[in-house]
Amino acid sequence: MSEIQSFTLNFGPQHPAAHGVLRLVLEMDGEVIQRADPHVGLLHRATEKLAESKPFNQSIGYMDRLDYVSMMCNEHGYVLAIEKLLGIEPPIRAQYIRVMFDEITRILNHLMWLGSHGLDIGAMTMFLYCFREREDLMDCYEAVSGTRMHATYYRPGGVYRDLPERMPKYQSSSRRSEKNLARLNDDRRGNLLDFIERFTEKFPGRVDEYETLLTDNRIWKQRTVNIAVVSPERAMQLGFSGPMLRGSGVVWDLRKQQSYEVYDQLDFDIPVGVNGDCYDRYLVRMEEMRQSNRIIRQCVEWLRENPGPVILDDHKIAPPKRVEMKDDMESLIHHFKLFTEGYCVPEGEAYAAVEHPKGEFGCYLISDGSNKPYRLKIRAAGFAHMAAMNEMVAGHMLADVVAVIGTQDIVFGEIDR
Amino acid sequence: MKDKELSKKYRDLDTLIVECMNDKLDRLPSSVGELGYLVSAENLIDCCMKLRDEPDLGFEVLVDVCGVDYLAYGYDEWHTEEASGAGFSRGVDRDPAAPKAEQGQRRADYEPPHRFAVVYHLLSVTHNRRLRLKVFCEDDKRPMVASVTGIWTSADWFEREAFDLFGILFRGHPDLRRLLTDYGFIGHPFRKDFPLIGNVEMRYDPEKGRVVYEPVRIEPRTLVPKVIRDDARYERDPKDAGDV
Repeated sequence: MSEIQSFTLNFGPQHPAAHGVLRLVLEMDGEVIQRADPHVGLLHRATEKLAESKPFNQSIGYMDRLDYVSMMCNEHGYVLAIEKLLGIEPPIRAQYIRVMFDEITRILNHLMWLGSHGLDIGAMTMFLYCFREREDLMDCYEAVSGTRMHATYYRPGGVYRDLPERMPKYQSSSRRSEKNLARLNDDRRGNLLDFIERFTEKFPGRVDEYETLLTDNRIWKQRTVNIAVVSPERAMQLGFSGPMLRGSGVVWDLRKQQSYEVYDQLDFDIPVGVNGDCYDRYLVRMEEMRQSNRIIRQCVEWLRENPGPVILDDHKIAPPKRVEMKDDMESLIHHFKLFTEGYCVPEGEAYAAVEHPKGEFGCYLISDGSNKPYRLKIRAAGFAHMAAMNEMVAGHMLADVVAVIGTQDIVFGEIDR
Repeated sequence: MKDKELSKKYRDLDTLIVECMNDKLDRLPSSVGELGYLVSAENLIDCCMKLRDEPDLGFEVLVDVCGVDYLAYGYDEWHTEEASGAGFSRGVDRDPAAPKAEQGQRRADYEPPHRFAVVYHLLSVTHNRRLRLKVFCEDDKRPMVASVTGIWTSADWFEREAFDLFGILFRGHPDLRRLLTDYGFIGHPFRKDFPLIGNVEMRYDPEKGRVVYEPVRIEPRTLVPKVIRDDARYERDPKDAGDV
């Protein structure tokens, strides 16, 4: 009888379940994985080096492109670090807007995760349902910033502009019936806050729908229960954060523990898992979507009643209004200086972290007093998770690799940076 | 650089650490009230062990490891003071590898003792505290520090990244390979003397039927010169905000 040897299998970088450009070199013993060696960096764009070559303001757009499914949360981390060094604090309304959009982003991210995780391990319908809801949230992005994904909406000192008074509507077209048009525009009659409120009313029902499809589904449980179990001690050793850490039962959420913006004034709960397997992490993320929905509702209510400035009125940091520039020389100079040279940030270093949908997203900023960051280090949550790939899949079957990639919520934009 | 006063939580931690470490750590001033220490390369492992294992300290999570190249720290590309009297120039040195020291004097308060540093960000989930450790590599030519992978597993990839991008060697790392750059990449791209546009470009050669690497053809250019203005060094007066 011939001897069976272990062999090496190349997974990716163009495998549909590799979530982008992951190349895994797997050492297999039959169908059991002995060792996994992830090769990353295929999407490395040297974001940090690019940021070091530009004035502070001009790198906000790069942040969107890191984790390109939770755009505004990345901006938030970067903007917070600059604000910390400058010693400024945005107006309260801007803080509420930021929190609201952080949570919208969290739902966006988790929907993307749920859809692709489902698709990867055999629940194709989820993908279609999740994209239906994502569409509405993308419209919110578009309404405030003009783009559906790469918003560049957060600025040091606040947000780019206030929430719009009216929601963009679908246009009539020869391929769309009047009845259909009316249905599409039904939610869009009011302003952005009305639209978001309508969304938050129907969204919990949608999450229920997803749960009826998955939570007690026999196949779903077979694919996720007891897969890639991580103990709380190991999770901390491996530098996990976010749902990956909470799935292992560690109560740790920066929104609660090291609160920033107005999270300490909002009412929400932190779900934690028990077993630290893929199924628990699934449950944690599902509950997080419900909690995010709760936060958004509170923000909508507050924002309705409290108009006010959304960016600091300090023209050394935030540009003056377009109207003022027309007849005020000083404003024109400020505008010109801001958009050519930028502002000099006092010498020092700061680390600012936000609870990103995937975990702790931190920006470590060193400034030597110039108009460009001297060093920007982006601490991406997914990077630490990806590093634990070997430990999580060793001893599992080949098919479980896909479940682990899904449960880690991998996006290569932030891992490779 | 002004040193902002720490909050009570971190003042207590500071006292605790000073007690535990018997002068192995020097506190770094911070303008934003973050607690950080400078540690010498030989004491790094000892201190990290204590920081993790001492129950009162309990830094069980290594959040981040970050390499820093201090080569151009505090040197500006455009000396704004003369410019206002003598007129403007592009003021940009087109050779990024030119020694910065020839371009004038350092304009920052902080004088880094060596070229390369490694910065560790620690987190204690139990006590809800953060800490920064900075260690300078004594040899500028062959920067090396001890690896902390034995203390925190998460250091593995972070150190590989710092090795890849800065060429900092981590003694005792089990698997110090390049992580982010291309297979067969030469150089350490995040060093300040590595050009932003890179050294090689690649294209598909239809005659050879494969991808070829060639010296990069585009020219480096600076859209916005780096300037250090004095106004950033003064403490901002909140009254000035909005004063147009």
